[in-house]
Amino acid sequence: MSVFARVSEGLAPVLALALWAGVGSAQTAPPARVVSMNLCTDQLALMLAAPGQLISVSYLAHDGAVAPLREAARALPANRGLAEEIYLLDPDLVLAGRYSTVATVAMLNRLGVPVIRFEPEASLDDIEGALAHMGSALGREAEAQALIAGFRADRARLAAFLRDARAGTEGPRAVLYSARGWTGGSQTLSGDILRAAGLRNLADELGFVWGGMLGLEALLMADPDRLILGSDTQAGWSEARALLRHPALRQSRAYRAGVATNDRDWVCGTPHVLAAIARLIEETAP
Amino acid sequence: MSRLLIPGLVILVSLLFLASLLIGPAAVPFRDSLSALILGDGGPMTLVMRELRLPRAVLAAAIGAGLGLSGAVMQGYLRNPLAEPGLLGVSGAAALGAVLALQTGLAAALVLALPLAGLAGAFLAVLMLALLAGPAGGALTLILAGIGVSALSGAALALVLNLSPDPFAAQEIVFWLMGSLADRSWSHVALALPFITLGSALLLSQSRALSALTLGEDAAATLGVDLGRLRLAVLLGTAAVVGAATAVAGAIGFIGLMVPHVLRRATRGDPARLLPVSALGGAALLLAADIAVRLILPGRDLKLGVLLAILGAPFFLMLILRTRFAQNA
Repeated sequence: MSVFARVSEGLAPVLALALWAGVGSAQTAPPARVVSMNLCTDQLALMLAAPGQLISVSYLAHDGAVAPLREAARALPANRGLAEEIYLLDPDLVLAGRYSTVATVAMLNRLGVPVIRFEPEASLDDIEGALAHMGSALGREAEAQALIAGFRADRARLAAFLRDARAGTEGPRAVLYSARGWTGGSQTLSGDILRAAGLRNLADELGFVWGGMLGLEALLMADPDRLILGSDTQAGWSEARALLRHPALRQSRAYRAGVATNDRDWVCGTPHVLAAIARLIEETAP
Repeated sequence: MSRLLIPGLVILVSLLFLASLLIGPAAVPFRDSLSALILGDGGPMTLVMRELRLPRAVLAAAIGAGLGLSGAVMQGYLRNPLAEPGLLGVSGAAALGAVLALQTGLAAALVLALPLAGLAGAFLAVLMLALLAGPAGGALTLILAGIGVSALSGAALALVLNLSPDPFAAQEIVFWLMGSLADRSWSHVALALPFITLGSALLLSQSRALSALTLGEDAAATLGVDLGRLRLAVLLGTAAVVGAATAVAGAIGFIGLMVPHVLRRATRGDPARLLPVSALGGAALLLAADIAVRLILPGRDLKLGVLLAILGAPFFLMLILRTRFAQNA
């Protein structure tokens, strides 16, 4: 059985618990009308909130990457993070990302609406912190601890699978390559996903510890073993994404070895990234 | 001196072409680069030379030649030293056509749709300019008409890019309005080169008619020049060259303005001699500019239009002053 299926199986009960949780002890007056304005806080809140506690999610969550969360999100009205619409929802707690909807957050602060801002996760370890943070914000600490325990168990299972798959050999040199030539280094969540999949990150070799723009010529000259390309499914056109279809890239050794995709389920630090890691291990197997 | 002009320019273009091949972010010794290009060792350097640097240099030479030539032709036909495709909004309209073809998915469905859409945009712009400020219109009318065409096409371009479902599209207005040859490939060469070649051939074939036109329209007509045919050839030729060039590299300005001016005295103002020389000069200027953007900010994709506008805009202001003095005198 593939590790992807195994991890999904491991996640299923956790998810079921998260989505349909009726158990757990409510703390003193947890927030009753919670609005989330950020795709990643949407996902964490959907996993942890009590039924009816979350009243609106960001419009991005309606076509999010994780299927069960997407269905749950579509049951709730979407918001576009505009101060006026958020205020009219009359929330007693607003969840926001650190770097998005900054003007709205400032406005809500002036209006006296409580806002909690979440830092983007830069590693798999940060995911545990984010779950705990969301648990305490929503007054759902017990559910958060259950999710964290499941996440740890899945990580251990994945690490054991990786040891078997690589059997002591050094992992391939891989590079993340997204629109405009963006690549992620070891200090980013994407970089940690690569490390957890047993890949050596070319970005670190080239000095992009935090990530940066990698020119096509520099990438080709570094001659990686594997390419992990940004997803290319959107409509419309941009030269930024056309770069990922450049003939020179397609003729490279790494492209011909088989390409893995860095898809939407890499964006947010939630336990679901483990499924992405499992898929990556399979896609880059020797 | 003027006899040595063409051989001298050919040598200059060849040297710049070679330099364009040898200069890049990967600092590899010249001998190794050339052997990777010609012999091909199957390694990454061969890939970089053959699939990145060679198509880039070919495009720079072809687009530069086409733009230098169309600038000379437009100045000759409109009998106006300020005429230039980038400045008058022809390139902007071509970019609008190309962006429309890309965003609607037409370019993906039909291979030739991209250069043809660029051509259509450029054709409409040249037609509008010729109607608003034809040969009798005078410098001021032409510039005003150009401002109008530029503003309209620029606004429509921004609108289309902002409406695109692709989140990166809106940031690329800089590429479309400033031009860049970074990361171009043979597929871009294959799309643009046939149109640039055909358009340039059409424009070069009009050199004698343009020479006759320097004497005035009536005199040219008595000399047997078919003015209607000349107009159509100029319209189609510039539209093909500017449209195809812009569709693959964005709007690159000022080459058509600067090159004919620098070379006009050496050719004694005769369009028949100015046209081929302007093509060579344009190739040299764009190759040099594309080398410069790689040396000034390596790996940062400084847009060609930035550099050319820094060189070209003061040039343009100087020309306006000179035109004023000529009028007052």
